[in-house]
Amino acid sequence: MARLSYLKALQRALADEMARDDSVCVLGEDIGVGVNNVTTGLLAKHGPARVVDTPLSEQAFTSFATGAALAGLRPVIEFQIPSLLFLVFEQIANQAHKFSLMTGGQAKVPVTYFVPGSGSRSGWAGQHSDHPYGLFAHVGVKTVVPATPEDAYGLFLTAIRDDDPVVLFAPAGALGVRGDVDLDALGPVPLGVGRVHRAGTDVTVVAVGHLVQAALGVAEQLADQFSVEVFDPRSLYPFDWDGLAASVAKTGRLVVVDDSNRMCGIAGEILATAAEQMRLTVPPKRVTRPDGAVLPFARELDLAVQPQQDQLLTAVQEVCKSSR
Amino acid sequence: MRERGDMDTGLYRTMRLIRRFEERAIELVHAGEIIGGIHPYIGQEAIAAGVCAALRDDDVITSTHRGHGHVLAKGADPVRMLAELTGRATGLNQGRGGSMHAADFGKGIYGANGIVGAGGAIATGAAWAAVKEGSDRVAVSFFGDGAVNQGVLLETFNLAALWRLPVLFVCENNGYATTLTVAQAVAGSITARAEAFGIPAVSVDGTDAVAVLTAARDAVARGRAGGGPSFLEATAYRFDAHHTWEHKARVRYRADEEVAAGRSRDPLDVLGVGLPEGVRAELDAQVEATLAEAVAFALDSPRPDPARALDHLYATGLRGRDGTGLLDTAVR
Ligand SMILES: Cc1ncc(C[n+]2csc(CCOP(=O)(O)OP(=O)(O)O)c2C)c(N)n1
Ligand SMILES: [Mg+2]
Repeated sequence: MARLSYLKALQRALADEMARDDSVCVLGEDIGVGVNNVTTGLLAKHGPARVVDTPLSEQAFTSFATGAALAGLRPVIEFQIPSLLFLVFEQIANQAHKFSLMTGGQAKVPVTYFVPGSGSRSGWAGQHSDHPYGLFAHVGVKTVVPATPEDAYGLFLTAIRDDDPVVLFAPAGALGVRGDVDLDALGPVPLGVGRVHRAGTDVTVVAVGHLVQAALGVAEQLADQFSVEVFDPRSLYPFDWDGLAASVAKTGRLVVVDDSNRMCGIAGEILATAAEQMRLTVPPKRVTRPDGAVLPFARELDLAVQPQQDQLLTAVQEVCKSSR
Repeated sequence: MRERGDMDTGLYRTMRLIRRFEERAIELVHAGEIIGGIHPYIGQEAIAAGVCAALRDDDVITSTHRGHGHVLAKGADPVRMLAELTGRATGLNQGRGGSMHAADFGKGIYGANGIVGAGGAIATGAAWAAVKEGSDRVAVSFFGDGAVNQGVLLETFNLAALWRLPVLFVCENNGYATTLTVAQAVAGSITARAEAFGIPAVSVDGTDAVAVLTAARDAVARGRAGGGPSFLEATAYRFDAHHTWEHKARVRYRADEEVAAGRSRDPLDVLGVGLPEGVRAELDAQVEATLAEAVAFALDSPRPDPARALDHLYATGLRGRDGTGLLDTAVR
């Protein structure tokens, strides 16, 4: 067993895939120096033909990667900040994502987009703190949000190997998470398969990304009163509906915690599907950012619009105590 | 002679204010009083000071992630600016914006901006509004060398030239976009990009505040007279980190000799050596007093109320649903 951090796991996944497959190349800003510590060492190892420091031309290099992918490469793009995904939404949602269907299956676009440090990094304010994973799930781009080092490794690997575009969000709040892992056992993690981090029988808590740690904290805090099952979907699209159904069949109660905006967010989709297709014994709850949230700068304001462990605790207690 | 003296004193005072503001702000970052860090403007002061000295209060500017210099030079109160950086309710933006969004609309400051290249089109739209209104206001957009590779900026050059709008594009070429050099990033020349759209473009020494002011005056006069947009490339060296996170990170991309050479041409000295000794010392003392007041005011100011975190989300006061249960959703 070795201690592996989430960030190191991302680094290792990319390094391993580049060593294994010559068609994998990486593009992005300041990746040669490796300011985000994911691409560290890759330029020295693979050279500038595979590790490409780009000018600040995100729209161009995102579709450039699409073209390279159509021509047989497997590009990975690092975006320094989550909001750059708004800038390249056309290139991903309207170009890369649509090629396969529009060409009648002639084309595939195996590009991976990843953001090391999505969501709030406290103090980075309105334009650097978004968590737009629901937007990509909504348009149908494969979307993954790993919560642990081994899942970061495994999902990054899978994303790179997948023949469709995949967006990987690595929440800032998860980058420092460490785990004891068997390095030899690290391997790809399939898309659309959730993970139960802690089994329970009274309530299912679905937690996305860094909030898995908060959910595990709540489960521990409430351990003498309620038995909390913590379900981590790992990939938001495709979503492991069967896994969730199995959990809810046991517990009959559901709380979702999701660090993105409430309106049309992934938490709403999870509650809706559960209400339609699963047997809930009491009304479910979600803890999210508010509608339309723009993260304000000051620390206390920034924290007030992000779901925290305390609010999850309250929601779980309410759901557990309510009766039909 | 007298006039030249006043001009130099004004430029020096602005540059000194920016320099010391940044140095105090860096101390506050290290002390944990400013969260999220800052992008220091140190080394580039002559550009903001020179350009803004050519502007009126009602002219508009848009700024960047490295925005403190522009915001101060255009006349924002350093005291309320520092309160903003420390996240206080008394800040320019009531603690909502911080370093990367500091704005003061009363002074024509449409804000720093977190997205590279985003301000150009905004400034150009403001210039268009000025023309429609019959005013001779101009707008200035500051941006870095990295921004000239953003498609939106090139699209903006076309609109500004096509519609002869009173906008001045100021490209601050400090040699780097974070770790990427201009040579690695820019094909052709920076000024040629503007010239391709028929926009008159000049390059100036961005450590010489008087040279910057002279070039800016020409461009502003052309804009006010209906002569359309102008482009100014001002070269300087960023003395400090791209962002204060670099102070504790291990990234290295500039040789020590290069940094030393860059720092040896200090815009404050370029102008300051010409000032009478007593004058310079007195200006320095005035700035020091202002900043002492700013730091004390900021640290004594109340922090914003978390329950009001999404106040101002909508200009109309629309309130969405809460997500965490922490917000006071009453409309006030
Ligand atoms: C569109 C966009 N891409 C990337 C970033 C991340 N980023 C912030 S500042 C910066 C470098 C900007 O360089 P330049 O325009 O030369 O300005 P300087 O930092 O040198 O003042 C980068 C890459 C961003 N904020 N916006
Ligand atoms: Mg630059």
